[in-house]
Amino acid sequence: MQIFRTLLLRLATTAVTLVGAAVIVFFVIRVVPGNPIAMMLPPGATEDDIRRLTALYGFDKSIPEQFVIWAGGVLSGDFGMSITARQPVLDLVLGRLPATLELSLMALVIAVFIGGVSALTGTRERGTRIEAAIDVSNGMALSVPDFLWGLILVLVFGVAFPIFHISGRITPSLDLPFATNFYLIESVIRLRFDLWLDLVSHMLLPALALAIPLAAIISQLLKQSLKETMHLDYVTLSRTKGYGETHVITREALPNAILPTLTLVGVQFTFLIGGTVIIERLFSYEGLGNMAIDAVINRDLPLIQGIVLLFALIFTGVNLAVDLLYAVLNPRLRHA
Amino acid sequence: MLDGRSLIKRRAGARLWLAGLWLGGLFAAALAAPLIAPQDPLAQDLFLGRMPPFWMAGAEPGYYLGTDSLGRDVLSRILYGARIAFLVAIVAGSLTCLIGAGLGLAAGFLRGWVDLAVSRLIDIWMAFPPVLFAILLIAVMGPGLFSIILAIVVIDWTRFARVVRAEAMAQGAMDYVASAEVAGRSRLSTMIVEILPNVLPTIVVLLTLEMGIAVIVEAILSFVNLSVSTDDPTWGGMIAEGRTSIHQAWWVIVFPLITLFLTVLSFSQLGEGLKDRFDPVLR
Repeated sequence: MQIFRTLLLRLATTAVTLVGAAVIVFFVIRVVPGNPIAMMLPPGATEDDIRRLTALYGFDKSIPEQFVIWAGGVLSGDFGMSITARQPVLDLVLGRLPATLELSLMALVIAVFIGGVSALTGTRERGTRIEAAIDVSNGMALSVPDFLWGLILVLVFGVAFPIFHISGRITPSLDLPFATNFYLIESVIRLRFDLWLDLVSHMLLPALALAIPLAAIISQLLKQSLKETMHLDYVTLSRTKGYGETHVITREALPNAILPTLTLVGVQFTFLIGGTVIIERLFSYEGLGNMAIDAVINRDLPLIQGIVLLFALIFTGVNLAVDLLYAVLNPRLRHA
Repeated sequence: MLDGRSLIKRRAGARLWLAGLWLGGLFAAALAAPLIAPQDPLAQDLFLGRMPPFWMAGAEPGYYLGTDSLGRDVLSRILYGARIAFLVAIVAGSLTCLIGAGLGLAAGFLRGWVDLAVSRLIDIWMAFPPVLFAILLIAVMGPGLFSIILAIVVIDWTRFARVVRAEAMAQGAMDYVASAEVAGRSRLSTMIVEILPNVLPTIVVLLTLEMGIAVIVEAILSFVNLSVSTDDPTWGGMIAEGRTSIHQAWWVIVFPLITLFLTVLSFSQLGEGLKDRFDPVLR
């Protein structure tokens, strides 16, 4: 019963957070000076045109009224119309979401792979120069944020050794047979590995830029908890049974050492998703973040609201999922 | 005594020295920019566009790190850009520190409704991607130095508040606090006189790290062209400009990028070094 109550409490705080986020986004944006309606009309528009359009977008009502209308719309899945694109915000945002999700997940996979391998190697080679080298590169990777890693990758792989693309999501001249916007996943399902290769070659550098800081965090934390676990009696026991070092680390120590890392990866994954905003811009990748910056530059209020709210939803969703996963995986919590 | 501790201490010492040297030197250069910059950072000369740095063939004397596509001197622009970077780092860093640490201290020590309110605010703040939040605020307030500083303060106070709250909470449970209260100190005076000095080392470390973050945020915002006016030289603006001519003139992006990289690295190494220095176990 305990776990059920914890779950309900957790859901309630998530809901409060989301409502708070929505309120803040809405009111911050209403402070915007300038009339976005005037921007979308041709130069010869009359006063009457302006009034009609203002009424159409609901800007003529009082701010609390606008909030009620907007919040009611959001709850029924209507996020309003984008002012610049003149399409429903929900369609635009959902159209771009797959690109950002694919990029984030690819970055996560890279980070877990690099971080995991270097943590295991560091534990195996503890006390040697190899471990020291891993520590130093982790320190470097953590000192500098993804934006700078992205720029460095652009210079090194985009310009000095031009093997990867540094701009866009896919080569524009290619014929796309895709029915959804999950290009990467669909290319595998359709067995179009030529397209898959082109996509990966576009996504690799931005994903790597996002992955570098997270990989370092994973490596540091996992290595530390592995080393602590290695001193426990049951690990010594398995070693006296004659198992090799690799077996002892991956089979005996790892399952016990992985929990704290897992929680942290969840929190850090939200930071990674947040990083996509500027990384997508840097690599001209057509995802949500790039669209958000365009929306801000164009003062497209409904679109900005929709994107920020979606990001808030993803952030709180990931945090919730991590907490639940932790409860499921941690035996101490499971039996409580 | 030769053990692990002295080894760590020596390494931390070298780190602190190098980071401090770079930041100190750059800060002095930024202050002295009008005296030492070889050229006017804004002067354009289309006949001198995309001149390479001094060691390459075709370099123009007096333009040591080359020129951008409008013929502006890269070195002078980096020096003037450093003024903006340091201004943002110092002003935004200390304001963020003041507000965040204050709220964190109050929440962690006074508990009750203050803690409830601050913790809930932190939760809500954590639901926003920081860069998107910053861009949103700049869009609302309009570009400019003031907006950037305000955006950094509004977004990053939680970094201080979270850590200081936890520290103050741990300190508040200790015996010396109880004895201060027994001796008749008020809650507020205990907080300032007893708790604050004990969390100060943490605050200093966070402040150093925050300055590096402020420099990066300013660079990101000027990269997407939402910082100070496009004429004023900023590292982020130079990088954005260099990004477009990356194949024709690599030096336009590489030199500001190196400067930015070393500065951010130094702030974070300084913070980490101070953390080790303040750690009583290592000391």
